[in-house]
This record gives sequence, C-alpha cells and structure tokens, in this order.
Amino acid sequence: MRYMALIYSADGTSPEYGSPEWGAFMAAYAEAGKTFNERGVFRAGEALQHTSTATSVRVRGGKTETMDGPFAETKERLGGFYLLDCRDLDEAIEMAALIPTAEIGTIEVRPVLEFGG
Amino acid sequence: MDKRLASAARAEVSEVLRQDRGRLLAALIHAVGDFDIAEEALSDALEAALVHWGRSGVPDNPKAWLLQVGRRRAIDRLRKAKRFRARASDITRMMEEDEAARSADADAIPDERLKLIFTCCHPALEEKSRVALTLRTVGGLSTREIARSFLDSEAAMGQRLSRAKAKIGAAGIPYAVPSRDQWDTRLQSVLIVIYLIFNEGWTASGGDAPIRDTLCSEAMFLARLMSKLAPAEPEIEALLSLMMLNWARRNARHSPGTGLVGLDEQDRSLWNGDHLDEGLSLLDMAVARGRPGPFQCQAAIQALHVVATKPDETDWAQILLLYDRLLTFHPTDVVRLNRAVALAETGALPEALASVDELAEGMEGYQPFHAARAEILRRSGHRKEALAALERAIDLSRSPDEQRWLADRQAALY
Repeated sequence: MRYMALIYSADGTSPEYGSPEWGAFMAAYAEAGKTFNERGVFRAGEALQHTSTATSVRVRGGKTETMDGPFAETKERLGGFYLLDCRDLDEAIEMAALIPTAEIGTIEVRPVLEFGG
Repeated sequence: MDKRLASAARAEVSEVLRQDRGRLLAALIHAVGDFDIAEEALSDALEAALVHWGRSGVPDNPKAWLLQVGRRRAIDRLRKAKRFRARASDITRMMEEDEAARSADADAIPDERLKLIFTCCHPALEEKSRVALTLRTVGGLSTREIARSFLDSEAAMGQRLSRAKAKIGAAGIPYAVPSRDQWDTRLQSVLIVIYLIFNEGWTASGGDAPIRDTLCSEAMFLARLMSKLAPAEPEIEALLSLMMLNWARRNARHSPGTGLVGLDEQDRSLWNGDHLDEGLSLLDMAVARGRPGPFQCQAAIQALHVVATKPDETDWAQILLLYDRLLTFHPTDVVRLNRAVALAETGALPEALASVDELAEGMEGYQPFHAARAEILRRSGHRKEALAALERAIDLSRSPDEQRWLADRQAALY
C-alpha cells in the first residue's frame, strides 16, 4: 500500500541552517532516505519552502482568487513529504518514525486512495 | 420440523456463540481479510445452522461445519460486493482452503485469535475503539452490552465500531502478530486494553452490576486467552495476577449498610483465598522469568497489600520502591500520585504533601487526586483544607457509592 507521510513541525523548532545541529539533522534525513531505498519503499519525497512563500488558490464563480499564505494558519506547518510504498500500516509507522522531524514535530501517515485495481 | 431437533439446534448454536464466536470470527477474518464480511458470513452460518441442524440434527463437529459454511457465505458476499476482480485471488485461495479443510482433521481449526486481538488493540485506533472492538470481536459482547457499559447509545457505539473496522481495512492495519522488535510495545497496548476493560467493570463508572461483573470476567477471560496463545510472557501473567488479586476482594468491597469499603477497612475474611493464591503464584511465576515490566510492578504492589494480615502491617517502604520502579516505565501523574500516597504511609507527610501539590495543575479535574490530597492533609492536621479537598472530590465523582464513601470521610472530620 502507498502511504503519504506528511511532515509537520512548528516554526523555529528545527535546527538553524549552518549550526552544528543542522548538520546532524541533515545527516539523519540522509540516513532515513537510505533506509527507505534499501527497504524498497521510497517512491517520492521533497522538502517544501517556508509557508511564507505559499499562495492559496481557489476558483469561485469561474474566477481565480489568490491569497497570500497557506490554506490554514496553524502552529505546526507542513514542511515536506514522503510517498512510501509499504507492506502495511506497521511498516509505514516504522518508516515514519525514522524521519528526524518526528522527534520535534508530527508525521501524519495517510494511505493513498487507490482507484480501480 | 422435529421439535426436539430444533431445540437441540438452538442450544448448540447458543453454546457455540458463547464459547467459540471469537475463535470462528478470527478464523473467518483470516480467511476473508475483511472484518465486516467475516462478521456477516458468521451470522449467515449461524442462521443456516438453526435451519439445517433443526432439520437433520447437530453435526459431529459443529464448529467445523460453521467455519465451512461461513467461508462459502463469505465467498458469496465477496462476489456480490462487486469486488470480485480485486478479490479473485482471495476467493481462489479460500476455495482451495475450503477443500483442504474438508479433508483435514475436523478439530484443527487454526486459532487466529492472537492476530485478532493485536489488530483490535492496534495503537493506530482510538483507545475507546480498541476497548469496544476487542469486547465485540474477541469477547463476543453485543454492541448493546458494550454501549451500556460505556453509557453510550447503541447507535453511537455501532458507529464507533464500524469506523474502527473501516480504518483497519483502509489504513492497512495488518491482521498479524507483531514482529519480535515490536512485540513488547504492542503487547503492552493489548494488556492496557484488557486492564481498561477490567477497571471499567471494577470502578463502576457506569452501567449496572451484572454488566460490570461481565466486564471484569471478560477481562480475565481475555488475559487467560492471551497467556494461552502467548505462553511464558511475564507481563501477561502479571496482568492476570493483578486482576485476580483485585477480584479476590470483590465481596469485601461493598457492604449493604455503608456502600463502598476502602482497602484498609475491608473484612479480610471475605477475601477469596483461591483467587489470592492464584494471583500470588502467577506473580511469582512472572517475576521468576527475569524480564521486569510495568504490570509486574503493579501486581507486586497489589500483592503487598493483600499479604499483610492487618492494614498497619503493610510494607509501605517496599511499595514505595515499586512505585519508583513503575515510574521508570510509566512516568505519569497518576503513578506520581500513588507514589505520594505510599510516601505518606511511610510517615513522610510533609514530603508527600509537597509532591502531591506539585501535581495540582495537571490533576485539578481528577477525583482521586483530591481524595488522596484530603487524606494527607487530614493526617497532617490540616482539617479545613482536608474538608475542602473532599468537597472537590465529591463534586468530581460520578459514582454514588464513591460519593457516599467520600461524604463519610468528610463527616468524620466534623
């Protein structure tokens, strides 16, 4: 089954860029990525730029409206994702727990809705 | 239809329901991979049994008969559910198994209940849903009985159960016994559910007496089942021990005149000696395995309470050490509160009061906090504050028995 691991954390909780902690944090991400590949579960994964760069788009009455900022203003913000193909939820949980941000924020694991099959 | 055969069929069906529903359901879920279809197929099979057994008598092996009919009905239902293509491989496999089952020893129904328990107690489900689902599928309680014990409506409980079952399928919660490296944490999740069921019956937050006894018995049944399916697990033995040591005091806990009776006021001759012996020997067995855990700490604390011949002979120093140990497994406020009570019992009243007061912020709305604090205040000679704390405890209590017990304590202070 394919699972989306959505990576959430509050502003200012991740190590600052350039600090020694930053290096360890990135190394842990590299380590997680390596495990995902070795286990054959990795399908996709990206980090996103800060929510201050976000634009929200909606179409109302045929007209495109844009708004500065993310869809929902919450303390914990979506910072990236992995798409993982796992045997079952247990494996997905095991993989999500390897994502370093799990230690400071929250990883939401959601199964992908599969059509047909 | 022969009346005698019909009543024999009804008796056998209700016997199977009582004894083997969980086992049959677990085997069907294993075969079908779908909770709902398995449950429906089992009801179909039971209905068919009433008709067929009523006509031609109860077969030699009723369980095997039910499992086989259940499997076929599940195949029908899968086909009807228009999931045929997606499930074609399942159906082929089931038909092959059906053939194999017919020729195999009729008694050899594989016991899949361990998988069922682990699935129902999966930490990805909400805690209350885990409890409800375990009672429904493994324990075989009806939705109405479960709703009654939670003071929920039957409709709300039914919805909770369907949501939980739907999540198991949709989120890919495995129908499997966890791997070795996940075993300990997942086992704790199962044992906590069983203990919650016991406590729901024991502390009587709702429902009537028969239902509460049912919940306690159900919890003990589940723990026994677990220890049969996963032998030599000290934490399972300890949980069963803990429940037996409590259950032994069942008849001393209530008195017709005064309602709830506290541990130190109970008539110890009313305690059930057989249950105590079983509880204590289970604990010995668990501890001897040399793999400590939180339920062993809790059972050992309970054991120290019950082996004392008089309340003032209780070994509180030892209990305090066990709470320290328990804190390493469960660093929670509830454990800290109990530790403070034990500390007070050793005579360290100012220290006990200080550690209770540290918990005030998080436990303002928790009845036992105020009751425990009142007792420590009373012993420390702070009568007025003790009265106020008891007042708050009575406000927060949901059980009339408990309220009466607290009010008696209050009256004694005037």
